[in-house]
Formats: sequence, structure tokens, C-alpha cells
Amino acid sequence: MTEKLTGAQVLIRSLEQAQAEVVFGIPGGAILPAYDPLMDSSKLRHILVRHEQAAGHAASGYAWASGRVGVCMATSGPGATNLVTPLADAHMDSIPVVAITGQVPSPAIGTDAFQEADIRGITFPITKHNYLVTDPHEIPRAVAEAFYIASTGRPGPVLVDISKDALQAETTWWWPTEIKLRGYRPHRSASDQAVADAVELILSAKKPVLYVGGGIIKASATNELLEMANLTGIPVVTTLMARGAVPDSHPSHLGMPGMHGTVAAVGALQQSDLLIALGARFDDRVTGKLSTFAPNAKVIHLDIDPAEIGKNRAADVALVGDAKQTISRLNAEFSKQLKNGRTIDQAAWWQSLNRLRDTYPLGYDDPHDGSLSPQYVIQRLGELAGPDAIYTAGVGQHQMWAAQFIKYERPNTWLNSGGLGTMGYAVPAAMGAKVAKPNNPVWAIDGDGCFQMTNQELATCTINEIPIKVAVINNNSLGMVRQWQTLFYNERYSQTDLHSHSFPDFVKLAEAYGAYGLRCDSAEQVDGTIEKAMAMDDAPVVIDFMVHQDAMVWPMVAAGTSNSDIKVARDMAPVWDRED
Amino acid sequence: MSVLVEDKPGVLARVAGLFARRGFNVESLAVGPTEIPEVSRMTIVVNLEDQPLAQVIQQLDKLIDVIAIEELSVQAGIERELILVKIQVKERDRTALKQSINPNICRVVDESDSMLTIEAAATPFEIKQLLSRLSEFGVAELVQSGVVAIGRGPAALNEKLRTGAEN
Repeated sequence: MTEKLTGAQVLIRSLEQAQAEVVFGIPGGAILPAYDPLMDSSKLRHILVRHEQAAGHAASGYAWASGRVGVCMATSGPGATNLVTPLADAHMDSIPVVAITGQVPSPAIGTDAFQEADIRGITFPITKHNYLVTDPHEIPRAVAEAFYIASTGRPGPVLVDISKDALQAETTWWWPTEIKLRGYRPHRSASDQAVADAVELILSAKKPVLYVGGGIIKASATNELLEMANLTGIPVVTTLMARGAVPDSHPSHLGMPGMHGTVAAVGALQQSDLLIALGARFDDRVTGKLSTFAPNAKVIHLDIDPAEIGKNRAADVALVGDAKQTISRLNAEFSKQLKNGRTIDQAAWWQSLNRLRDTYPLGYDDPHDGSLSPQYVIQRLGELAGPDAIYTAGVGQHQMWAAQFIKYERPNTWLNSGGLGTMGYAVPAAMGAKVAKPNNPVWAIDGDGCFQMTNQELATCTINEIPIKVAVINNNSLGMVRQWQTLFYNERYSQTDLHSHSFPDFVKLAEAYGAYGLRCDSAEQVDGTIEKAMAMDDAPVVIDFMVHQDAMVWPMVAAGTSNSDIKVARDMAPVWDRED
Repeated sequence: MSVLVEDKPGVLARVAGLFARRGFNVESLAVGPTEIPEVSRMTIVVNLEDQPLAQVIQQLDKLIDVIAIEELSVQAGIERELILVKIQVKERDRTALKQSINPNICRVVDESDSMLTIEAAATPFEIKQLLSRLSEFGVAELVQSGVVAIGRGPAALNEKLRTGAEN
């Protein structure tokens, strides 16, 4: 006798079957049938968030920290549209997330029913794929495919929208034993010829650079990358999405390239004659003005996504395939060539890069009025919390400083919103990461602007015993926008003063949410405050670091200009050429 | 280009949305069933000025519901377009009109006192020529299908579908 189940029961069983363990979500009318059997599931932990946006970012933080698929759930209409931002975020940053949304009953679809939104149509451009399911029998297939698509190839978000009547109707349980998607070919492999060509280019290059992007972390290819760096001695730069892909302490690591990258990293790319782009996508924040980017470089481009090849920059050798496998093959071929007597000499190249590295290290000036320096706070936090901690960030100055001044030694310890640039990412992502890695300290480094977009999740963290730590780098303003106003808008500070040194009182706010609230406004208190927070593990902690308002992120390549025009400080350009 | 897609709701919106987002102007689009159950074929004509087609093909191929894509140049493909056109015609022009149209591609499918309806199936170039000739008589109404195309020679696009799983 076949067991009769409701679509909702089938959905919950499907999620269990897909190995989901945690769901971040909020119930509502259309998804309500699913929440009833969810209550009985011993395998699924549901975390009730306070806003669906946070459910999406928490799923992303969970996915990033755990290497699993993150799951979020919301009801139809506004519940679903509140997921739009985190889905777009996960799409830009290639994070495997499955979103389950309730939809109005199928006869009501298209009638402007209460809480109806065409979320499948809305999310076409911001998901890897999506489904509208109105037949309960199709639920297992949609869930199985969603997990498969989200986690294979270039990862990304998948949305499964299920009509309420499909959740309520009776059906029988089944589970697809095999996924058949004839239009989806995630397993690709570069040809032997392409691998040989790439190695040949590497051996003949004088100024090669390993330009490492987030794909290396997604592909768990960091060991292979480290081997490549050690084997070849080629300098390495890690993008915002790849911080931690190579230990910052590695002697070949030059830091982060891009708009706020180190002079050595930006200069290395600019002067290179061979970019070995590994899981990177030539984003505009890395290239600056594209036509002037690395003008003399040939390009080897490794990516799992063939659509990235040649999108922004033409590739001389394209390696479409899994980074872990492909880098292994490159290493094997390179070793073979070394045994054949081939050599790679980069002494002159390293000499010039070392000069840049020594002359233009990352740094900052302390505020002249004695107030607290945000860079100092973040640097000390990184040193005290150490490389075992997981750091998340919002978007803006604090994010850039956290990318610059924290030393990452391991992959998946730096979680941020790189592509979409979503303010408010830090707290919910930290919540998700802490759920995934309860034994690791998780620090959300947040701005006062960002923090006010998603801090309601402190309640979720307190109630569900998710003791994240939040360092609010409170500069009283929308700092990065203010920096641009300082530099490009004649210091006319239109609508960037948040008054957050006065309102709200973040310490009281933290306490209202059942978290610890600490305040720090001088350099002498920084270590003590951080250590105090590190010792508080029975509830979330919020530290309000009251920092100087006028600190700026340097170096900087102004938007739309060439990387060669990077400034190390206001009106201060590095000296590039000193050909010895 | 010819695109084999899953015959599922929303596929057209996915494909059209991708072209729109990338700023491609679709000149014509024809969709219909194929020899394979649950697979539809789209023939899409895009105007390429300075946009790289290879990149949009890769983007299109990323859509899960897109199964196979073939780029067909005018030389590599056989193209056909269908039109139905109503010509307002005076009695004295009627014979001249009938004589002026090429019977290999045109036929009169409806006729009344003041109107002739002509059907034509031909290459886009021939259709353009025909329309230019007909315009001398006065076109009252025109409906034009999208271009459909098929590759020359023995190869079939559905072979990609069978071998696709190995890529």
C-alpha cells in the first residue's frame, strides 16, 4: 500500500532527503501547510528569523561557512519579495542557496490575489534556476533538482515556489534516484592541449601573476592553489571574494587587488605579462577602467562557467573546468616540464614587486584629534580573535578595512557581500555561519549604517542561542558614501550623517535584544573590550566602537579610472617604474 | 540562431529576458514543437552590431531549460519566413498584381471586390523584395512570421541533445 502524504509532508521529507539540516524562515498564509509537518521533523532545525531578507543572508552565511546548501523559507507575496535581495546577493557571489516559497493557490495565480507576487518571474534574472510547482507529485523532483543545481558547477541560488493547494493536496512519496537535466552540463573538463598551452605560457612569462578569485574557495581548490604557488613561485593576489584562499602569511601573497587593493597587488596585475585568472571574473572593482587594465598581459582564464571566459577580458588560453582538478593538472604538467629541464626565473619580477610591497605597505594615520581609528580597531580584532574566527562584514569602509587589515589564513573565514554590495549582510550572515560552525567564534564587523538594516536578528540570535559577536565600526555616518563626497563632491555631505554616535544607543539596543552591549571610544580600551567580548559566550555581544568620522579607505582607484592611477592617500600616487 | 529548449512554461520569458538584459534587439523569434517530445525549437534572429554573439550564446546556454544552441549564418542555414498580406486593389490593377507576383513563393488565398490576400513563404530577402513590390499597390494589412531556419547538410541539431550529457 502506498503511503498517502500531503504535498507539505512531501516537501519536508524532500528537504530531509536532500540532506538539509537547517532552515531559516518565517511562516505565513501560503507556506503555512509546510510549517505543520516541519514541527514534527527531527532532522530539520528551523530558525525563525525576524525578516525574510535575514533568512536569505543567513542561508548564505550558513552555506559559505559549512560548504553545504543553505535553505531559507518564506511565504508568498511580501515574504517572497523580501528574499529578492539575498537571492540577488547569492547569485552575484555564487552561493548555493535553495529558497522555498509558498504561492497562492493555483486557481488564484494571476488574479492579483492577496499576498500574490510572481516570484518566479521576479527572480528569473537573479537565480541560477527557479520553479513554480502546482502539482504535489512534482515537489520531490523540484527539491532534488534545486539542491543539485544550487551546489554543482558554478554554485548559485535556486527558488522553488509551491502553490498552497499543492502543499495541501494528497500525493504519494517518491524520490528521484537520478537527476536528468539535459540542458545542464556542470561537469566540464579542460582539454589536455589547453592545460599544456597554459603551462607553456607560464614557462615563457616574465611577469606572471596568480589572480585568485572566489571560485577557488567554492571549488575547495585551496590546497592545489597553494601547491601551485609553491611550485611556481609566482606572486599571488586574492580578490575580495578570495581572501583566505592563500594564507596571508604566505611569502608570495601580495594582498588584495582592486579599488582598495594593495599597491603591490594592483601594480603586479597592471605590470604583468601573464594573468593566470583562477575562478575570478575580471570584475570592474578589480580591473578599474577595463581598457587600461593589465595592458601587456596575456590571459589564462580558468573558470567552471564558460560564460565568464571572454566576458570582460579576452583569454589567450581558456580552461573551462573544475578548479581543483584543473589546477592539479596544471601542477602535474608544470612539474613534468621542470623535470624536462625547463625553468622559470622571476628574480627581476620579484625584485620590482618587493620594492612596491616594501615602499607601499597597507597603513593608516591615527586621527589627529585623538579619537579612535577604525583601522586600528579592526586590526586588533583580527589579531585578538585570530585566524580560527569567522568574520563577516556589511558593505562599505568597514568591509574594506576588514578585507585589508585582518589576516586570513584559511578559506571560508571571510564572508561578505562582494558582487551585489548588500548593506546589512553581516549580522544575518554571521548568524548563519555560527549555526554552521558553533565552535568557531563568529564576528560580524559591521558599519553603523549596515547594522541598522538588519540588527533585528539579534533577537533571533539571543532566543536561539546563537552567540555571534558584532563589532559596530560606528563612524556616525554612511562612511564610504561620505568618503566619496569628500573626494568627489566637494565635501558636501548630502544625507550621509546618520547621527549614530547619538541615536540609537547601540549598547541599550543590544541589551534590549538580550545581548551584551559594550562601548569603546579610545585606543586604550580596544584590547580590553574585545577580550571581554571574547569571554562572553552565552549570548550575542555588540561592541559599539565609536570611531573617527573622517577616516578614509586607502589605497583607492577612483571609479572609472585606470588602476595605474591608484592613490595611496589623497593626492599621493605611487612611483611605479624604477627599472634597475 | 536555433535553440532547442524544454517545452515548459516560462522558458520563452527566460530567453527573452536574457536578450533584453544584455541589450540585444531581437529582430524576429519563432517558436514551435520539434520531432522530439517536450522539446521546442526557437529560431532567433538578432541584430549584431558590435555585440559578441559568442558571449550571449554562453549566457543562453547557462539557462537550465536551454538544451542546445546552433548559430546559423545566412550561408549555413536555410531560412524561411511566412507572410499573409492584404492588398487593396482596384479592378484594373488586379491582373497586373497577379502577374507581378512570383508563383513559386506566392499564392492568392482570399479574394474579394476590393481586396486580395496573398500568402508567401520564402527567404527573408525574397520577402523583402516582394513587400517592396506590393507596396506599390497599397498594403492594407500585413502579418509576418518569425524566420525559421535549419542547417544545411546531413547534421541534425538534435544530435547535440543526445551527446549533450557527455560534455
